[in-house]
Amino acid sequence: MIECKDIKKEYKTGDETTQVLKGLTFTINDGEYVAIMGPSGSGKSTLMHILGALDTPTSGTYFLDGKDVSKLGDHELADIRKEKVGFVFQAFNLLPRATVVRNVALPLVYAGVPKQEREKIAKKALIQAGFDEARFNHLSNQLSGGQMQRVAIARALVNNPSLLLADEPTGNLDTKTGEIVLQTFEKLNEQGHTIILITHEEDVAKHARRIIHIKDGEIIKDEKIK
Amino acid sequence: MAETSIPKTTIKVVDLIEETFSAVSSNKTRSGLTMLGIIIGIASVIAMVAIGTGAQSSIEARISSLGANLLTVQPGAPRTFGSTVNAGRGNAQTLTKDDATSLTSLSGVKAVSPESTNREQIVSSTSNTNTSVIGAVSAYPEVHNMSVDQGLWFTDSQVSGFAKVAVIGPTVQGDLFNGTATSTVIGQNIRINGLPFTIIGITASKGGSGFGNTDNNIYIPLSTAQQFITGSVYVGSISIEAASQGVMDTVTTEVTNALLARHKITDPTKADFNIINQADIASTASSVTGTFTALLAAVAGISLVVGGIGIMNMMLTTVTERTREIGLRKAIGAQRTDITTQFLAEAVVLTVLGGIIGIMLGWLVSWGVTRFFAITTQVSVNSILLAFGVSAGIGILFGYYPAVRASKLNPIEALRYE
Repeated sequence: MIECKDIKKEYKTGDETTQVLKGLTFTINDGEYVAIMGPSGSGKSTLMHILGALDTPTSGTYFLDGKDVSKLGDHELADIRKEKVGFVFQAFNLLPRATVVRNVALPLVYAGVPKQEREKIAKKALIQAGFDEARFNHLSNQLSGGQMQRVAIARALVNNPSLLLADEPTGNLDTKTGEIVLQTFEKLNEQGHTIILITHEEDVAKHARRIIHIKDGEIIKDEKIK
Repeated sequence: MAETSIPKTTIKVVDLIEETFSAVSSNKTRSGLTMLGIIIGIASVIAMVAIGTGAQSSIEARISSLGANLLTVQPGAPRTFGSTVNAGRGNAQTLTKDDATSLTSLSGVKAVSPESTNREQIVSSTSNTNTSVIGAVSAYPEVHNMSVDQGLWFTDSQVSGFAKVAVIGPTVQGDLFNGTATSTVIGQNIRINGLPFTIIGITASKGGSGFGNTDNNIYIPLSTAQQFITGSVYVGSISIEAASQGVMDTVTTEVTNALLARHKITDPTKADFNIINQADIASTASSVTGTFTALLAAVAGISLVVGGIGIMNMMLTTVTERTREIGLRKAIGAQRTDITTQFLAEAVVLTVLGGIIGIMLGWLVSWGVTRFFAITTQVSVNSILLAFGVSAGIGILFGYYPAVRASKLNPIEALRYE
């Protein structure tokens, strides 16, 4: 469960202070599929970084599964990311010249899981993400965009996170492949995964069950659509 | 953001090794070229030290060829080796032939050879020369590791009978009897200090050794030299051959005590002679070649440092190139120490692999130098261990900065890096 209370984020450049997030308060329950939507510069990426424990807010509190994440140091944030968050990026960010299975298993390396077990879990995650079993040992740079994003989704799932964070996951894909990827998220949500989708496209956001509209660092609308 | 607990590494060693080798082998050309710097550095250190050590042992062998287990007793107050350069020899007259005779009975002494040296004008029927005339006894060739090539060395009875016989070195032979067949030189007469001597032998050539060319000497019986040339009962020096290397120190003490007693000197610091150990000369020479080896190694070491900078350069490039990968690793939960360890391990693997190849190459070069240039080389275990340690150390030293830089990257910026 995600509980954000009056989240503010400021950046200082010289004497000027830019307020990127101006006090956001919202709750996302377990099992929800939420799209955070807004134009570029709205602060949605900054919010994603805070929700993903990559960054901390200037003020306000963020509880993830009952734990206050907003005031942690680098070291604990890394632990939170390792245990509770799965990222899916627009640019996939796979290791080139590494096999599909190795890419997916990478988060488990830092979790200290032994190699054989790692591969077993990785394969399970790949099947969950709807990845073709025949390509498990292909190198990641031999795959198409849609396949790469499925590998990335499997990698995000592999440590069984509380939260799946997808940052413009269809941004680098054509409409048809993007559609397939979004269907994958829907399926995962049906299986009980909490998913937060960050996007600027209405068509993409519509796939979620709830949309939080952000503009100029403020929530302008929070709607349930399904 | 303050660190609230001690950072720990979460990655396992097996996984670290796998990650490292996959990274190093993913760009083989670049890894190979970077390693080349270390390979050349290590190989040159190994080869240079091998050449230096080889030179050292060949010089030591040369010195011991002047006489095995040799002690030389010289008249005069003890001085450091090197400053004696004949300044006192023959002038300070304290040693006699009787001193020498008394030493023969000491245990551990194999042979004793009292000697005198004078520079004289030598005249043959056809030519003349100026060289060292050494008054010697029958034990001389044995003590000085010398052999007679043609004819004979003088006997004890010739020594005691003041015989006017001479054994000449091959250089003297060339100077005095150029063009005369060697077999006819024996039996010829020469004049030393105006006195006629009959040549009875020619010594085998030992070559110039840098410590006096023995090929340019003339040897006559000590008694004859004392009677007709030096005109004194004193000898220039006494050479003693010890029975073995192990008893050198014991013999030195015994000889010192015996001579102090004979010369009625109670305070050893006032001894009127000093004893030079062949081993001391050898150690002086090897300290000289040791310096020379260190110099060669230092020059080679510079190329090793250059190789290390190559490693650092490559690692910095790698860190920049893999910024997104670092961002991703951090996003999925890698700690800062995980990133540092990974990049440090990559640098160390490169330098250690380079070091191993460098050691083999250095060995090959040393072998080639011996094989094709006939220069003695010795690859020492120490230099190999040192090279190995140094290459690993260079990896840590030059890999540390890039690794820390990688670990300090902000994950958000790193993920956005184009």
